[in-house]
Amino acid sequence: DAQNAFKVRISIKTALGDNAYAWDANEEYLFKAMVAFAMRRYSSKSTTQISNVLLCNVTDRVSFWFVVTDSSKNVSTVPGSEVEAAIRMNRNRINSAFLLSDKTLQFLKITSTLSPPVEPSTPVWLIVFGVVLCLIVAGIVFLIVSGIQKHKKKNKESTERENLEEKVEVTLENGIPCEALDLKAGHINGVFAADDERFTSL
Amino acid sequence: LSATPEIPKEDGRPKWDNKFQYILSCIGFAVGLGNVWRFPYLCQIHGGGAFLIPYFIALLFEGIPLLHLELALGQCLRKGSIGAWNTISPYLGGVGVGSWVVSVLVSLYYNTVLTWVMWYFINSFQEPLPWSVCPLNENRTGFNEECYESTAVNYFWYRKTLNITPDIAESGTLQWWLILCLATCWAVVYLCTIRGIETTGKAIYVTAIFPYLVLTIFLIQGLTLPGATDGLIYLFTPNLNTLKNPRVWLDAATQIFFSLSLAFGGLIAFASYNPTKNDCEKDAVTVAIVNSMTSLYASIPVFSVLGFKATTAYWDCLDRNILSIINEFDLPEESIMRQNYTSWISFLNSSYPEKIAGLKLKSCNLQEFLDQSVSGTGLAFIVFTQAIILMPGSQAWAILFFIMLFSLGLSSMFGNIEGVFTPLLELQIIPKSAPKELLSGIICLISFLIALCFTLRSGSYWIDIFDRYAGSVPLLVIAFFEVIGVVYVYKIKRFSKDVEWMTGRKLNLYWHIMWRFISPLLLLTVFMAFVTLQMQKPPSYTAWNPKYEGFPMKEEKVYPPWVQAICVLLAVLPCVCVPLVALFHLVKQKRRSKDPSFVPQEVFSCQGANS
Repeated sequence: DAQNAFKVRISIKTALGDNAYAWDANEEYLFKAMVAFAMRRYSSKSTTQISNVLLCNVTDRVSFWFVVTDSSKNVSTVPGSEVEAAIRMNRNRINSAFLLSDKTLQFLKITSTLSPPVEPSTPVWLIVFGVVLCLIVAGIVFLIVSGIQKHKKKNKESTERENLEEKVEVTLENGIPCEALDLKAGHINGVFAADDERFTSL
Repeated sequence: LSATPEIPKEDGRPKWDNKFQYILSCIGFAVGLGNVWRFPYLCQIHGGGAFLIPYFIALLFEGIPLLHLELALGQCLRKGSIGAWNTISPYLGGVGVGSWVVSVLVSLYYNTVLTWVMWYFINSFQEPLPWSVCPLNENRTGFNEECYESTAVNYFWYRKTLNITPDIAESGTLQWWLILCLATCWAVVYLCTIRGIETTGKAIYVTAIFPYLVLTIFLIQGLTLPGATDGLIYLFTPNLNTLKNPRVWLDAATQIFFSLSLAFGGLIAFASYNPTKNDCEKDAVTVAIVNSMTSLYASIPVFSVLGFKATTAYWDCLDRNILSIINEFDLPEESIMRQNYTSWISFLNSSYPEKIAGLKLKSCNLQEFLDQSVSGTGLAFIVFTQAIILMPGSQAWAILFFIMLFSLGLSSMFGNIEGVFTPLLELQIIPKSAPKELLSGIICLISFLIALCFTLRSGSYWIDIFDRYAGSVPLLVIAFFEVIGVVYVYKIKRFSKDVEWMTGRKLNLYWHIMWRFISPLLLLTVFMAFVTLQMQKPPSYTAWNPKYEGFPMKEEKVYPPWVQAICVLLAVLPCVCVPLVALFHLVKQKRRSKDPSFVPQEVFSCQGANS
């Protein structure tokens, strides 16, 4: 009956490490119960008993073979496809009963449907990208604006300086510095230098 | 909007805020991605510690003299590459133009490498990391086939990032996510180079210093990983026999040369913003030594991590074998451990040889895993990312690693862009009243548009071509003409007087010997050897082809003729500028000499320009 029998491989130590429990007759009983439960749920008829599940060839690995018999149809085994479908439907219940996962509680002929990874609605990288881009654009705008402001200030300063230079130039162009003419002291004429006490102060 | 600060100097040239900024910029330019992913690889394949011998000899005879030459040139002439060479002799103006062309070509593809780094960076914020798991296939019974046959890391790089085609002739379409990242990278470059050295000088404090911090963190973490010591021992164990192979010497010479970013014109541009009375000799020695020390310093965490990865792969191999044996013989779990694996195997082999043969166990050899050497993008995006998955807190490590790579590349980009920007500014392509920001904006925009072709599906093949042909041979040629031009056209006597005036002390005999004889000779030898080696076999590349029989090994293909023509064009274009400009000027001179009002060009000297 190899067609309807399934090999099971259990790796308790890999899954639980220090919290591993030993595989003994009680665990086997639980296993039979879980398979019976799976069959009942799948076919929705309450005829499968724990005694219908037969285990054999239990090794130290831990691995064993099991078949599910059908008591209503004199000692024949339930077709493998039904068992497979039942196990598939209740896989996580069976796994959690033993604190194991799909990898550590292997039904060798039954491939498990892998769950897709959780994908958020917006890919995360787009969010990060948006943040980075906003920062950069803000930086560029800031630098350009500050550059324009500096340029305006420099223009204002340079026009002021130009006006000042013009005035200075004009006064110089006459040959005689205007300041000299404006100076209260003026050019001191040596002839009158001795008598400057007699001049009234301006 | 030229934004040049008010300075007492007559020429209104921008200048560095302080000497440290200048040194840091030169170091940042020299220290780039190659220090992290090329030097450790060369050390590994060329006999570990023994490679340091040809490396330091090349540094002494080639690296430092050429570096000093470029810095002294820029500082003395106070112009970018094109202007500087035009001043030395109009016949040598082509050297400057060649440098400029190389800087343009390299800027284009270098920023695309940074695009990939940025893509990995923004993908590092997820849990789990996207390159650690394979996506499922359509009916969700297993993993995607391409991913399953190679590894999740390979799949993420070749499919999710590059979406690579199996052949360079198939260009495919533009990849929109890479376009977004490329735009961001060019925006970052624009942000930092917007006003020339005024802005890069501020940015360099971060981008040049940050990588050292991260390398130190990785060093500390790397040394605590299991298997790190194996990696380090493997790296540094000297194998002096490799020194007999001339290939080793060639690789050392080219590595020093490209690592110091010589002949790009960027160093000349940086030095031109210095005050003329500056000790360029000390600067050159400092920058060269810091660059080499950084390479050495970077190889320690790289090899710790590689040793960790090899050890983990070895343990995985053992574990897989152990699992198959346990399953086959139905032995209890944990009966065979890694330690007693070999004794168990020999026992089982003697008792049940057919069963063991039927299992098809892979032979696990730690040395084999250590021997798998990778360099370049493979090291960063495949090997290192795989190692990061195995570390606790992978997101943080991934983020740190990619920011470090980005800073390293960005500081080198500053030098490249400066090599493009300064000559254009001096040639007055845009009117003087127009702001500097406009010129840098135009440069970045045009570069972005051209670099869009690297975001095609075959883009990474093209980047390999640019790296191999535009960023190698032309630099050797230009550097050779630089040395010859300064020593024999400008005349070494004049130059040594200029350097004396700048540094304040007489030029050492070492520099005379190097500049006059040894460096040009060495450059010529390296150039000949390099070209000969390239010509020995037809240029080929390795393609990622999921339909190849040997997949996941890469398929070796030969470049089609039109691609080979482009390779030759890339290598020849900058070199041909030198004779072309000389010819152009010769023709102009001949015409001008017939003109009676012709005045011969004044003889230029460093001191004359600044007295």
